[in-house]
Amino acid sequence: MNEKTRSIDGDVLNEEITLTYRYSLGEVAGKFMAGLRDGKILATRCSKSGMVYLPPRSFCERSFEKCDSWVEAALEGVVEASTIVVRGFEGSRPPPVAIAFVRLDGVDSAIANYVEEIDLSDVEVAMQTIAVGARVRVKFIEKPTGSVTDFYFVPAS
Amino acid sequence: MVETVGVLGTYQSNFKTREVDKTFAEQAQGAALGVLDASNMNPDDVDAIVFSLAPTAFMGVADADRWCIDHIFGAGKPMMRVHTGGATGGSAVHAANSLVRSGIFRSVMIVGAERISETPDAQKVLNQIFDPFYEKEMPLQTITTVAMMANAYMQRHGVKQEDLAHLVVRQRRSAMNNPHAHLKGEITIDDVMASPMISYPLKLFDCCPRSSGSAAMIIGNMDMVRKHQSHPAFINGTGGVSDSNWIGDRIVPTAHADFIDWKLMRVAGAECFRRAGIDDPINQIQVAEVYDAFSIQGLTQLEQLGFCSSGTAFRLERENAWDVNGAVAVCPSGGTLCSNPIAVSGLVRAIEAANQVMGTAGGHQVANVHNAVATSVGGIAQFLNCTVFGNDYVRTN
Repeated sequence: MNEKTRSIDGDVLNEEITLTYRYSLGEVAGKFMAGLRDGKILATRCSKSGMVYLPPRSFCERSFEKCDSWVEAALEGVVEASTIVVRGFEGSRPPPVAIAFVRLDGVDSAIANYVEEIDLSDVEVAMQTIAVGARVRVKFIEKPTGSVTDFYFVPAS
Repeated sequence: MVETVGVLGTYQSNFKTREVDKTFAEQAQGAALGVLDASNMNPDDVDAIVFSLAPTAFMGVADADRWCIDHIFGAGKPMMRVHTGGATGGSAVHAANSLVRSGIFRSVMIVGAERISETPDAQKVLNQIFDPFYEKEMPLQTITTVAMMANAYMQRHGVKQEDLAHLVVRQRRSAMNNPHAHLKGEITIDDVMASPMISYPLKLFDCCPRSSGSAAMIIGNMDMVRKHQSHPAFINGTGGVSDSNWIGDRIVPTAHADFIDWKLMRVAGAECFRRAGIDDPINQIQVAEVYDAFSIQGLTQLEQLGFCSSGTAFRLERENAWDVNGAVAVCPSGGTLCSNPIAVSGLVRAIEAANQVMGTAGGHQVANVHNAVATSVGGIAQFLNCTVFGNDYVRTN
């Protein structure tokens, strides 16, 4: 806690608290983030269950065995769920923004990210381009920093 | 040897945006006093306390169960906190039920309070439940993830936004008979459709309010029932289940339990109904207080609980099947959609179901209720639970 301000305002006590965290990536997420810097999306695979996980896991939740190999995911896949966030969220980007969970080819699970290069002026029309089953492909930002938003999805066609 | 467990009394405050006359601990105390009064009990009659407390970042005091010990007469008694997000209240009832059913205690008070509007940063708080490496940079939180589930469900089953709006109109109308409800009133489908889009397809009126308030229930064994309650509701069935934290694992062909259709509730419901001897829910259960923080959420559970087949609940909504006078009264209280004090919302569902069985629901009492079901949902549907209350004790296990 590096900052704390308090003030009484009528019948209310105001307090502002700022917290700082340092999250350890660990080996698996660390390797994934390093892969992004090389333009690769790396998944883990469990040879016992055959499951390929993205985000990558150290352990397979089906076989209860260690995921024992790394697989490079295809840079194209299918939308499994999506929405357009119109208002009410003070995230890193001002709304409207499109987000989707996409199952990349060769991977069993879906990973979330922004969908760009779609016209969001008509939300109804935009939703159809990212509906469940729509094909999208991965694009990388110009200078990847080793963060999940180094990549984003765009419509495949 | 297991003990029979009955509800001795319940209490809930009126839910509203802000509680300015009381602190959090005083709110919890109001619920404790209220439920002792409703149960005709003194603090000494309560053997143990289960405190229903969800994320405390909304109200700012971490682990506020400690703050409340004295206020709820907990000093000198066994007391534990239960926390499974929005499912907290339901899980708290299950924990208390186990404590009485096992014979460890004669009676247990379940009590809690909530004040979400203590911070203007509630959305930021809800974003903190996501994975910091892969998810948190996106605007992922409860509304946006439920919106994603809603789009997929509606696409799969041909459900329209107007169908969701029909439910909102019904439940806001039902809430007019419930003095505790936060949002209530006569609105139209057009009003819902015209409310601001938040995250497609969910509009403002498809979403619950941020509520403050408190609630409590006391349950006890048959000795306590004989002393304190002439018309008890028996806890006949409980079922609870959890699933992977990874949403992306739960919406794909290899999913354990498909999140889009809420298949996980089928697992919790089957366990609960088996225990309660329910094999024909639509004919055996008269009231369903399903946990619906969003308009899409309650009826999908109803499908998995076996009240109708998958994908048909919103068609039946348009045919008024879930009205107070329909096949099953769904959320006659207005539901979580009209009042969402997160820490106790699941408890309020259980209280509403028990009250309907005990005949004490007041203005929104449904006639001839023998069995009522309550559900609650926590996280991004990682925690689901289901409870059946009945006016006859059923022992199937």
